[in-house]
Amino acid sequence: MKRVYLDNAATTPTASEVVEAMEPYFNENFGNPSSIYSFGREAKNTVEDAREKVAQLIGADDAAEIVFTSGGTEADNLAIKGVAMKNKEQGNHIITSAVEHHAVLHTCEYLEEYHDFEVTYLPVDENGLVNPIDVAEAITDDTILISIMLANNEVGSIQPIAEIGQIAQKNDIYFHTDAVQAVGSIPVDVNELNADLLALSGHKFNGPKGIGALYIRKGTQLTSFMHGGAQERGRRASTENVPAIVGLGKAAEIALEELDEKREKMIKLRDKLINGIKAEIDEVILNGHPTKRLPNNVNFSIRYIEGESLLLNLDLEDIAASSGSACTSGSLDPSHVLLAMGLSHEVAHGSLRLSLGKYNTEEDVDYVLEKLPAIVDKLRAMSPIYNQK
Amino acid sequence: MYSDKVMDHFQNPRNVGEIEAADGIGEVGNPTCGDIMKIYIKVNENEEIKDIKFKTFGCGAAVATSSITTEIVKGKSIEEARELTNKRVAEALDGLPPEKMHCSNLAADALQKAIDNYLGIEENNVCDDCEDMPG
Repeated sequence: MKRVYLDNAATTPTASEVVEAMEPYFNENFGNPSSIYSFGREAKNTVEDAREKVAQLIGADDAAEIVFTSGGTEADNLAIKGVAMKNKEQGNHIITSAVEHHAVLHTCEYLEEYHDFEVTYLPVDENGLVNPIDVAEAITDDTILISIMLANNEVGSIQPIAEIGQIAQKNDIYFHTDAVQAVGSIPVDVNELNADLLALSGHKFNGPKGIGALYIRKGTQLTSFMHGGAQERGRRASTENVPAIVGLGKAAEIALEELDEKREKMIKLRDKLINGIKAEIDEVILNGHPTKRLPNNVNFSIRYIEGESLLLNLDLEDIAASSGSACTSGSLDPSHVLLAMGLSHEVAHGSLRLSLGKYNTEEDVDYVLEKLPAIVDKLRAMSPIYNQK
Repeated sequence: MYSDKVMDHFQNPRNVGEIEAADGIGEVGNPTCGDIMKIYIKVNENEEIKDIKFKTFGCGAAVATSSITTEIVKGKSIEEARELTNKRVAEALDGLPPEKMHCSNLAADALQKAIDNYLGIEENNVCDDCEDMPG
């Protein structure tokens, strides 16, 4: 039987066109881009070509504003640590939100612990959105960086980033946005968003794993934390991962071409899933903003059941999904995002995320809508809190 | 991650349900933990567990430990059932992943509470760890 993969927010399959584009760069064209002879020059040209494609995908004015990294996590680390270290004489205050990815949250916590930074973690409303007024009010004379994600990885809520970027700009504060979940899913333009820094990751939009990029607006002052050679204009030492960079470039090119078509398809499938689950299962809560959400994100809390049990049962039906339950997060607490949105522990334990990708079909959605209600019934029949309602 | 035995009990849980007019009921865990187990026992005149049922809100390990606990003690005397510990339950399932040993392996505690309840012994809290949890 065919397996149904609905965890595209975790990772996506690498597109075959992307794999094909990468292949020659493992052996045929293996040169080091820093070498002066033809092997090196060819590799260098290829890297620059990919940089141009990534720049186009996010509306960067100049490809030199793109730095390749090992992924979204490194891009977030470079943005936040890089700006913090370089500008600490100007101030030691950073503003972020409670619902950021751990790549941002744990980086901020590191700066608090080891470098005497102060970090404001802004709350969110019940839909997971940051209020731009809260951002403006949190600014102090010491604020050097604001970092708010473009779209949330768990609940898909899309933040008012252009507005927040404008506030940062007016106050002459650097603005970083973690756009890992958004790029390739919705139109992203660094100028419209007023972003000085923007992180993206290849494997979230059918590129390879282990490659991402940080957009760094010209003039932004930051230090590198990878020291060594002069690669990436001195902003990220280490021999370029040429095959992966080629793959990211190809994925960016395809993502731009297919953006409108893909978005339309995702919204159709997403809404079918949302409406189907609401119609088939009682006492479910849609997590995240009802309309300001990623085209491919569905996140429900299914009352009275626990997420891991739900995922195991879905897996037995060959459906791959994700949950914010503690049991699936590796910690004792359920998702920090759901808790920040005001959900109780019990309701957060019962969350289910279904994230669509470009290879999903209407049959996939129909199959989930056929299997899920029976699984929920089975688990509720076993639940000691179901009868107590 | 889970043994075949855990998956078997998870997929085909034994003795799910409630017993009306149970002789003893034991409950452990809380929604904050993410695990709640409730065990019902019916005891006959020979002090044997004639019937046992459970209801569980929790992960795969929580369901499997509940299920195998009911299977182990069904038909046993109260005295024998008193011997059952969480550790023995985990062993009977061919082991549990380390991170599950603490939070989801409470079924024997629920059983002991049900026996306490039957014997009229005052409840003592067996889920201290859970209630001390942050958040």
